Amino acid sequence: MTTTIPLSITVDGEQRDLAVDPRTTLLDALRDRLGVTTPKKGCDHGQCGACTVLLDGRRVLSCLTLAVAKDGADVVTANGLGEQHPVSEAFLANDAFQCGFCTPGQVCSAVGALDEARRGMPSAATADLTGPVELDRAEIAERMSGNLCRCAAYVNIVTAVEEAATR
Amino acid sequence: MKPFTYARPDDAPAAVAALTADPDARFLAGGTNLLDHLKLGVVEPSQLVDVNRVTSTEITELDDGGLRIGAGVANSDLAADERVRRDHPAVAAAVLAGASGQLRNMASTGGNLLQRTRCPYFADATTPCTKRDLSQACSAREGWARYHAILGASEHCIATHPSDLAVALVAVDAQVQVLGRDGARTVPVRDFHRLPGDDPTRDTVLEHGDLVTAVDLPAPTPAVRNSTYRKVRDRASYAFALVSVAAGLEVRDGVVADVRLALGGVAHKPWHATTAEAALRGQPATDDAFRAAIAAELEAAEAVESPLGGNAFKIPLVTGTVVSTLRALSGGTA
Repeated sequence: MTTTIPLSITVDGEQRDLAVDPRTTLLDALRDRLGVTTPKKGCDHGQCGACTVLLDGRRVLSCLTLAVAKDGADVVTANGLGEQHPVSEAFLANDAFQCGFCTPGQVCSAVGALDEARRGMPSAATADLTGPVELDRAEIAERMSGNLCRCAAYVNIVTAVEEAATR
Repeated sequence: MKPFTYARPDDAPAAVAALTADPDARFLAGGTNLLDHLKLGVVEPSQLVDVNRVTSTEITELDDGGLRIGAGVANSDLAADERVRRDHPAVAAAVLAGASGQLRNMASTGGNLLQRTRCPYFADATTPCTKRDLSQACSAREGWARYHAILGASEHCIATHPSDLAVALVAVDAQVQVLGRDGARTVPVRDFHRLPGDDPTRDTVLEHGDLVTAVDLPAPTPAVRNSTYRKVRDRASYAFALVSVAAGLEVRDGVVADVRLALGGVAHKPWHATTAEAALRGQPATDDAFRAAIAAELEAAEAVESPLGGNAFKIPLVTGTVVSTLRALSGGTA
């Protein structure tokens, strides 16, 4: 018998208090305990990116995060970003999805990736590690490689992120 | 998942003491590898001891011109650090070659060194694996061995170490700072990981309760400043290495003055190519010399012949990757 541990996290701007078994992932806490079903459970092993959320401003995989280790954290899901967010709008405008299952993770990942690029963080596609980051399509594809789309909407996803980068 | 308790100690000595007191406890850092293994039943700890608040997330300058990377520094922050990018390009490039943006935000410097092999039989608790259980046989040797070792393997294990960062750290001769039950000590990263021998369950020389607190990069030499990391894999991004090369080169008047060479994806540990390094020093910086040096290193290589596909392709793949990487560092075309 495992005892539960209390924690408090902010989810999409709202403070939420709960008590969890230590085994509970952040993804399961959000979906099954708090009813926040925006992040999706794809592979549950950190291989697909469908569960991506912004944790204290950084994109992470909620399926590989233990909820108990994130007491006090600020979690933003795609729902918290909203349909008016420039990245969400760019996904809609460019048809950057088909079934939509991976989209909440794609949108959160894109928001995180654009922030990383703005802060000058390099990627494996950055030709000069000490130079500025220029977000061409190869850079965007590399930075978004942690988000799989089994409908293969990749071409339009790259276009959407490219457009959002200019807003 | 088997139940476990969770502890969040206030300082590093308390974390070490918590593990020392419980042989089935594990440290939790970024959790990217551990959470996966908890779900797969590969590890079944009694307790997780969270070290995220007791390990440094800072990169500080050492008196000798080197850098101290706190064990808690996220992989993405390590690769983005301007000093690392400028003075240790192989280290930054290696980190960026691994995992995804999300995982690099989560994974720690210490945890990167301690990640386990991606051998599919190790990760599948329903197949025999000597690395998981010494009483079991190795499934890979007669199975799917595409990603497996060509150097330093044993009859018990042909797994490879999956870290990209560790390969670059071997090339630049980084030092691992460890806190154990008897105090602090320094372990060269070149001596940190083990060959499988007759106990593949142990990846490193660490004892239970040892906590990695930092990784020190020595002051950069000209060869380290002129270094890079090249990774060959089955897809362009977000995949483990078939083979990888961390290399640094200093050429004076057409002659190799200094060379650093480490290989990934070829052994149970990041492989320091000492034979090739020795063969190259003082030689002309030419394709022929590069090729002869890596050929000397690979004389000891042994491919796995397996009914499900072996890994003999790695020998020419390593050769070509090393030659083109050194050629690019010497000013030629990669």
